[in-house]
Amino acid sequence: MPITWIGEAGHPAGGRTLEDMSAKPPEGQSPPADGTLPAAALAELPRHAFGIYIHVPYCATRCGYCDFNTYTAAELGGGASAATFATTASAEIRLAARVLGPGAPAVDTVFFGGGTPTLLPPADLAALVCAVDDAFGLRPGAEVTTEANPESVDAAALEQLRAAGLTRVSFGMQSARPHVLAALDRQHTPGRLPDVVDWARKAGFEQVSVDLIYGAPGESERDWAASLDAAVDLAPDHVSAYALTVEEGTKLARRVRRGELLETDDDQLADRYIQADETLQAAGLAAYEVSNWASGPEAWCRHNMGYWRGATWWGIGPGAHSHVGGVRWWNVRHPTEYTQRLRAGQSPAQARETVSPADRHVERVMLGVRLAEGLPVVELTPGGLAAVDDLVASGLADPAGLAAGRISLTRQGRLLTDTVVRALLPDL
Amino acid sequence: MSSAPQAPGVDQALIRNFCIIAHIDHGKSTLADRMLGVTGVVEARNMRAQYLDRMDIERERGITIKAQNVRLPWKADDGRDYVLHLIDTPGHVDFTYEVSRSLAACEGAVLLVDAAQGIEAQTLANLYLAIENDLTIIPVLNKIDLPAAQPEKYAEEIAQIIGCEPSDVLRVSGKTGVGVPELLNEVVRKVPPPAGDPNAPARAMIFDSVYDIYRGVITYVRVIDGSITTRDRCLMMSTGAAHETLEVGVISPEPVVTGSLSAGEVGYVIPGVKDVRQARVGDTMTSARRPATEMLGGYRDPLPMVYSGLYPIDGSEYPALREALDKLQLNDAALTFEPETSAALGFGFRCGFLGLLHLEIVRERLEREFGLTLISTAPNVVYRVVMEDLTEHTVTNPSDWPSGKISEVYEPIVNAMVLLPTDFVGAVMELCQSRRGVLKGMDYLAADRVELKYTMPLGEIIFDFFDALKSRTRGYASLDYDPAGESQSDLVKVDILLQGETVDAFSAIVHKDKAYAYGVSMTGKLRELIPRQQFEVPIQAAIGSRIIARENIRAIRKDVLAKCYGGDITRKRKLLEKQKEGKKRMKTIGRVEVPQEAFIAALSNDASKSNRSG
Repeated sequence: MPITWIGEAGHPAGGRTLEDMSAKPPEGQSPPADGTLPAAALAELPRHAFGIYIHVPYCATRCGYCDFNTYTAAELGGGASAATFATTASAEIRLAARVLGPGAPAVDTVFFGGGTPTLLPPADLAALVCAVDDAFGLRPGAEVTTEANPESVDAAALEQLRAAGLTRVSFGMQSARPHVLAALDRQHTPGRLPDVVDWARKAGFEQVSVDLIYGAPGESERDWAASLDAAVDLAPDHVSAYALTVEEGTKLARRVRRGELLETDDDQLADRYIQADETLQAAGLAAYEVSNWASGPEAWCRHNMGYWRGATWWGIGPGAHSHVGGVRWWNVRHPTEYTQRLRAGQSPAQARETVSPADRHVERVMLGVRLAEGLPVVELTPGGLAAVDDLVASGLADPAGLAAGRISLTRQGRLLTDTVVRALLPDL
Repeated sequence: MSSAPQAPGVDQALIRNFCIIAHIDHGKSTLADRMLGVTGVVEARNMRAQYLDRMDIERERGITIKAQNVRLPWKADDGRDYVLHLIDTPGHVDFTYEVSRSLAACEGAVLLVDAAQGIEAQTLANLYLAIENDLTIIPVLNKIDLPAAQPEKYAEEIAQIIGCEPSDVLRVSGKTGVGVPELLNEVVRKVPPPAGDPNAPARAMIFDSVYDIYRGVITYVRVIDGSITTRDRCLMMSTGAAHETLEVGVISPEPVVTGSLSAGEVGYVIPGVKDVRQARVGDTMTSARRPATEMLGGYRDPLPMVYSGLYPIDGSEYPALREALDKLQLNDAALTFEPETSAALGFGFRCGFLGLLHLEIVRERLEREFGLTLISTAPNVVYRVVMEDLTEHTVTNPSDWPSGKISEVYEPIVNAMVLLPTDFVGAVMELCQSRRGVLKGMDYLAADRVELKYTMPLGEIIFDFFDALKSRTRGYASLDYDPAGESQSDLVKVDILLQGETVDAFSAIVHKDKAYAYGVSMTGKLRELIPRQQFEVPIQAAIGSRIIARENIRAIRKDVLAKCYGGDITRKRKLLEKQKEGKKRMKTIGRVEVPQEAFIAALSNDASKSNRSG
């Protein structure tokens, strides 16, 4: 089976909605070759949780809705194949330790995303967990997650991963309906899910999550209900559900344009979201973020919480994004260039931006309101504060949350998060 | 301007003043260029295409907006040296008055017709104007070098229209130069010399007036009697104002100072004024020292026929727009404007134009020469509204439509002439009927060409009539029209309401029978153009308080369902900034946010792009 490379970090083949993914990386300043960070950014390290994201840029096949550049392993060359990935990525982990220096805290979370991380042998993931531990130390009770395509793991592999220190697995389920999986070009069959979840439980994973996609062309309300029911039947600790975005340049977009497939409209997507929220809530899974549900705070994905709470994270791998104390940067996208940079002892960062205090506030509001825990109203500017009553009155913000001093969104508010964010940032 | 040894006081017997009447694209400018070459006033190497069309827009569109004139020395086949004045005429329906003044400066007209296309309505209209002015007509077929030329057929057609023999129709090619010297000899032979009184008090007709930033206003004149010289102050007879005569000369084709122009001559006079309204086209210039007592006939004040609101898309450009309009007005006596405020569009100007082309040219010059980005409201004509209490309102803007009890409404009417191949008569009659046209006559110009005469409300013509006409005749019809007074009509004002608030920019005055169609089309358009809001937005069309059409924009239900992880944050933030930027360009009507693009799209009716080749 040819291995293909998925050109951007943070987006698992596990099937997230791919909104904005075709977009090129943002413009930024060029970073120093050794990756050195400003002292002001480093000074913030002790104040935040620390996560490591590891982007594994390979897929067995390409999904029809995915608009990444893909390359076969043979095309990559230059030592950028899956076989050498663990070695190269370990080099970036050591570089991270050098850049962050002695002030670096121990690591709270590790997250393997892709691509399809489980295309790598479990031993490679194990080696990378070790590399993180060696470089920074893994905090006791650290959360170590991998995404996994149902067809890419078996009982033995899951046992090996658990033994290597992984604590959490997130399966790319997407749908329980074969024709929806076919529309998405997914390779697994619905019957695979109960098996892989069962194996993961038996292997001793503390948290099991499934990813779902709704709004695929041809998916009916009943199809979606069937998928939600099937997901609930797996008794997962955590569910992510994303609306499918038809991206230009994908096979899916071509088929929609030719009229072979009908795109789901926004109102239907809103209906699907409500359907998901109701079903999952009834099953004891509460939305703790716009697109994420969990059986309780202990089942929240702590790694992802770091993104929404403005924590420190270092993204390892081609195209991966990082954030330290208001400095954001992103790596070169091509695995070959990524590998060459690290072999030359250089930082693989392509560009960086130093987020201004005003923009940090924008990010804080933009991310904070996505969470059920909400955004403390004290963080708002006077202009933003003035919009709060209106948000409550129009049913977007929860009055109980406000009484507790936080802006947390109702279901209707979650559907209109951008509207809420704009209202809270009148000075943007 | 160079001074050159051009002797003043050319013998009138040796002067021939003529113009060329032609349709756009029939090669008038190319022929004029060829005449410059044949007479030697422009050497071949200095020749640039369409030498006489000076404005960029004219050159690009291949049309003449302002008349130009040029003096051509010509040794005719009788061996004598003549002075020919070629007066170029504007070629569009909006400028009929300017055309009539140019014609009044001539004794003869070359009727130039494309040998592959035959005569067009515009040409015919100007031909009739020339005949009314007693001009000698010299019929000419141009482009005889074209493979598609049918000189026999069109010579026949021309002969029938002007009443001559087909053999009298000259054949030339402006492109190759064939027949051009013969044409000039024919002008000398046929066109009568001027017959003014060289000793009478000076009377010169201004047939064009342009503003030059260095010289002030430059007038182009035809001296009828006496002479205009820099020794005398000149006097504008319509205003009675006298001005310094700063410079007098001829164009050949660059300006040449002569110091004076005498009876029969055509040239320029710089009267030391700053504004073309002080030296208007059609006015009579005389000498302040020894003034004439009677004006030459035919002068009239230019009257705007079509009004439209012009608004800067960026509100901060309002002062720049005012300045630009002020500058354009220096050169355009027909342009009027006054400040106007729209709840939807902000601050702008209500502008009056001679017609749609005039509107478009002004708008284009504002955008091109002054770097402004504008939005224009749907054009409308001037209505006279008589109330039941017999008070009267002149309405140039739907917002000014009176709200009380209306007794009668009058709208401007035009005599329209459509020339078309017989195949399309049915389609065009149907169109004209649907635009409230009344058929006044139908003449066969040839076996396969018809002239239809209609009276029609001007308001119907300015509303995408050109486009409709062209699409129904595959581009083969041509149109011309002349104001023909006013008529009483059943007109109503249709308002468009967003969430109950009237959007002034979309109000329109339409015939009662068309109100419903307008309402349905506008509400439908807006439903597509206005993004969904957090609440339901009703869009209504109403006559007074009566709702005639309604659409709904349903409330938005979701704007985000995408993930937002580490790699998405920067992009998402920038997207948010962009959305915010977009919001700033929104106008708020009541609580409804309407993107500027929606106004532009809803207001860009077909009329605003239809008149390029009317």
